[in-house]
Amino acid sequence: MIRLPDSFSYVRSRETLARSQVFRRSWPVVLDLCVAGIGLACFYGVVQLAKYWFGHPSPEIQISLSPHALPRYAFYSVVRIGLAYLLSLFFAVGYGYVAAYSRRFEALMIAGLDILQSIPVLSFLPGVMLAMVALFPTRQIGLEMGAILLIFTGQVWNMAFSFYSSLKSIPRELSEASTIYKFSRWQRLFTLELPYATIGLVWNSMVSVAGGWFFLMACEMFVLGSRDFRLPGLGSYLQTAASTGDFIAIGWGLATMIAIIVATDQLIWRPIIAWSDKFKFEQVETGSRVTSPLLQLFQHSKAVRSLRKHTVDPLADSFYRRVDENRRAAFERRRESYIKGTAEADMERQERWIGIARGVVLALVLGGVLYSAAHALSLLNNISWHESGEILKGALATFFRVNVALVLASLWTIPVGVAIGFHPRLARIAQPLAQIAASVPATALFPVILLALVQMGGGLGVGSIALMMLGTQWYILFNVIAGAMAIPNDLREVARLFKFTRAQRWRTVILPGIFPYLITGLVTASGGAWNASIVAEYFHLKNQTLQTTGLGAVISAATDSGQFQILLLATIVMALMVVTINRLVWRPLYRLAETRYKLGA
Amino acid sequence: MQPAIIRAEQVEKYYAQPSENRIQVISPTDLSISEGEIVALLGPSGSGKSTLLRMLTGLSIPSAGSVYWHEKPIASADVNVSIVFQSFALFPWLTVFENVEAPLKARGMDPAERRKRAMKILDTVGLDGFQAAYPKELSGGMRQRVGFARALVVEPEVLFMDEPFSALDVLTAENLRSELLELWQNKTIPTRAIFIVTHNIEEAVLLADRIIVLGRNPGHVRTDFRVSLAHPRDRKAAAFTQLVDYIYKVLTQPDAQPPALPQTATGRKVRDQRHMQYQMLPHARPGGIAGLLELLVDHNGRDDIYKLADDLAFEIDDLLPIVDAAQILGFLKVTEGDAVITPTGTEFANSEILRQKELFRTAALENVLLLRQIVRAIEAKSDKNVSEEFFHDVLDEQFSEDETLRQLETAINWGRYAELFDYDASRRRFMLPENENPEAESEAASEIDA
Repeated sequence: MIRLPDSFSYVRSRETLARSQVFRRSWPVVLDLCVAGIGLACFYGVVQLAKYWFGHPSPEIQISLSPHALPRYAFYSVVRIGLAYLLSLFFAVGYGYVAAYSRRFEALMIAGLDILQSIPVLSFLPGVMLAMVALFPTRQIGLEMGAILLIFTGQVWNMAFSFYSSLKSIPRELSEASTIYKFSRWQRLFTLELPYATIGLVWNSMVSVAGGWFFLMACEMFVLGSRDFRLPGLGSYLQTAASTGDFIAIGWGLATMIAIIVATDQLIWRPIIAWSDKFKFEQVETGSRVTSPLLQLFQHSKAVRSLRKHTVDPLADSFYRRVDENRRAAFERRRESYIKGTAEADMERQERWIGIARGVVLALVLGGVLYSAAHALSLLNNISWHESGEILKGALATFFRVNVALVLASLWTIPVGVAIGFHPRLARIAQPLAQIAASVPATALFPVILLALVQMGGGLGVGSIALMMLGTQWYILFNVIAGAMAIPNDLREVARLFKFTRAQRWRTVILPGIFPYLITGLVTASGGAWNASIVAEYFHLKNQTLQTTGLGAVISAATDSGQFQILLLATIVMALMVVTINRLVWRPLYRLAETRYKLGA
Repeated sequence: MQPAIIRAEQVEKYYAQPSENRIQVISPTDLSISEGEIVALLGPSGSGKSTLLRMLTGLSIPSAGSVYWHEKPIASADVNVSIVFQSFALFPWLTVFENVEAPLKARGMDPAERRKRAMKILDTVGLDGFQAAYPKELSGGMRQRVGFARALVVEPEVLFMDEPFSALDVLTAENLRSELLELWQNKTIPTRAIFIVTHNIEEAVLLADRIIVLGRNPGHVRTDFRVSLAHPRDRKAAAFTQLVDYIYKVLTQPDAQPPALPQTATGRKVRDQRHMQYQMLPHARPGGIAGLLELLVDHNGRDDIYKLADDLAFEIDDLLPIVDAAQILGFLKVTEGDAVITPTGTEFANSEILRQKELFRTAALENVLLLRQIVRAIEAKSDKNVSEEFFHDVLDEQFSEDETLRQLETAINWGRYAELFDYDASRRRFMLPENENPEAESEAASEIDA
């Protein structure tokens, strides 16, 4: 469950009137040209990609460290993350939809989501990769699909959760209006459910894609037992550069990655946020809005509009007509059977068949699950006591490390966040900086930090805590800023009026005020830190493998050496720990935040 | 009598409890909507007005009984109704035009025809020029106009309205109401019947040809009568005010006899709430009760309830719980639609805060079983505190989950005010008030008496 505070939104001053006039008048032709250019570029990209994908797989790709190879690598990585994201989006919508509307499976599916969310990316690796390579043995696409699915497993769960909870919170009267006006399931989806869920989906998409960058290195280059998988991409470039200790290449790689992230932000997220503004479920218009030139480009382009008029609109119309015809036909059938008096018999027969079909499918699924679960568990028999002892020791070490990382991160983010939140002028300077800093995936920076640490004599034990912090402290910081901004001015004035001491001010005003936000940030950070342990505790550097005691290291090492039984047990332990901590610690705190420390009514 | 468009036959709604009991929301009810009439459904909150509306439209399925649309079961009929919602229920991401067009899209109408009809209805409700606006750019009244346009564009046979004017300010509501009446009387719209749920008595008398008044615990029809005043109706006319007064009388009078108890096939017991152990506490605050009593004293101890409501610009949902509460506590009596203050009530109204609390405490202990039980439970325990859970479970047998929570909230509110007990919200426990010092308190009280 990841929620971003409002402070993530951008505030930008509007153009002066005269300028915006010029801007409007000269646009349309240029706009059309731009759109056409984008279309052509997409076409070229698709052709190149198809050529590469459907070529034969080259198992030992040498990753070139030349900067000239970077654009191509970056392109491949972007496509991978993009496809994984699209896949996540469709899956999230489907999963959320079924979970929200199926009374029978709802509880099961949500519990499943909770567990899946706590399983680190690498644990999916062997299964996904072996399946994909077996599916397409002679084509590169198999490997590619595997990498995309891996990125997908890191992105999808929070999006599914967001869609599900949006569906669950649709206002009752809106949903009744759709029923009384006979919206079909599809019209309901497009007019009510998707728009209502858009804002949540957009924010979670941003988090998900950032997560994709974080695990890119792990997903593009890995050893699985005796096989060494490498895909050309930015992640593998950075990893190769790190393991050879080539600082210039690391620099180039980092610069490319930051450039891409900034570009995505400007060219994709900003227009999408500006566009999603209209889906805000609010009764009055709010003052500040995000603007995006690119969105304007699309909205003002005649080509786009006429394309829409001649393709999307007629298609939608004929679609709605067909749906309505089906509805009418079904209704006719029902009425006829009612007139004949066979309605109940028909219904019963139908229900019986559906019941039988359901039973069969359920039995098959159940059988399959039991069978594979039994097999998986029998794998666990091969684990020696010594190995399970190692896993438990690792779990404790990682638990300790995650909490140290959270405490250290809180120690600096709370004062800084409160300071930023209380001083609007400081916020204006600090926030964009923090945003850029937060968007650089910590894994990319890690080689640099680690090399520095090794030179100073520190080990991975300390380094992994630093990496966890790098990845997760931002969630806490942004939430604290938002929380501090949300503390009403009167409360702060009361504190000043009665001359509260500093300690008293923190105890009675600031900490309770930011508490709900802090909890949100900590929950997200804690989940992220657990997941980050797989890349933080085990690292290839300069032809050697650095590792420390920890559950993440166990998982990574097990993947490398192909010891599936250890991988399985370690994954189960990690999922159990994360879910248990969520249930026992975070959920009660969350409830407390929602009830006692909620500001306002 | 015109043939019925929608007819409900012995419909009821209940929620099964895990135990033997079930919570009856609406007891078996017959109701029909005929061609050419505006029906108003009036009732206090908790009488199941909205639930009844939703059963009549087919949105909600009755627990028992059936609803017929032109004498066919509503589930197998092509029902043509619309609802205007209290919260407008517009899609904020669609423009005014797209909002109005959406129901036509659902019917598979082609774009040109859709456009024509939507523009025509927007023109009818006075929204031309606004078609490209988003709902959030409009005022409340304009938004409800969009709600009306969307409801009317499908040319419904029956137009349902669920408190359509209660989110609007008085003037806007008046304006919209009269425009609706005009459309209906001039037959500008092909709608054949209107069904409006409201808790505003004057609104019902202004609009309706027929008024149905619901009682609660569980919801049942108390009276169903025709209004034969000519339009336009004058609020000041004697016939009008008499009708309003009459409805207040119906609403405040206790039922002569409870509605018939339904038989269940499953053999589950159905209990009438009035025969139950706990009375239903009206959700009024002590401050409100005190305010009402003070007002009554100013009016020489007796007044028409509808006049009181008028004075306070209260609707029945605001006023009736306070009247009920004062009645339960023995501070006033309701006779013939008049509220009459009792001697204790007068004393309460004239006292200072500490004496008021004392009177409230005595009255509450005497008349409210739940409060009495809580106090006894606390005193019986050696550690002088008792969990809320226990009372929650006891009440849950009798009320729905939401109502149980509200009952407890009211009980806590009254108990805290009367200093009967203290309530620790974080541990959810009742306990004795902390600075329990009866001597000091009675001293203070006697000082005030002197």
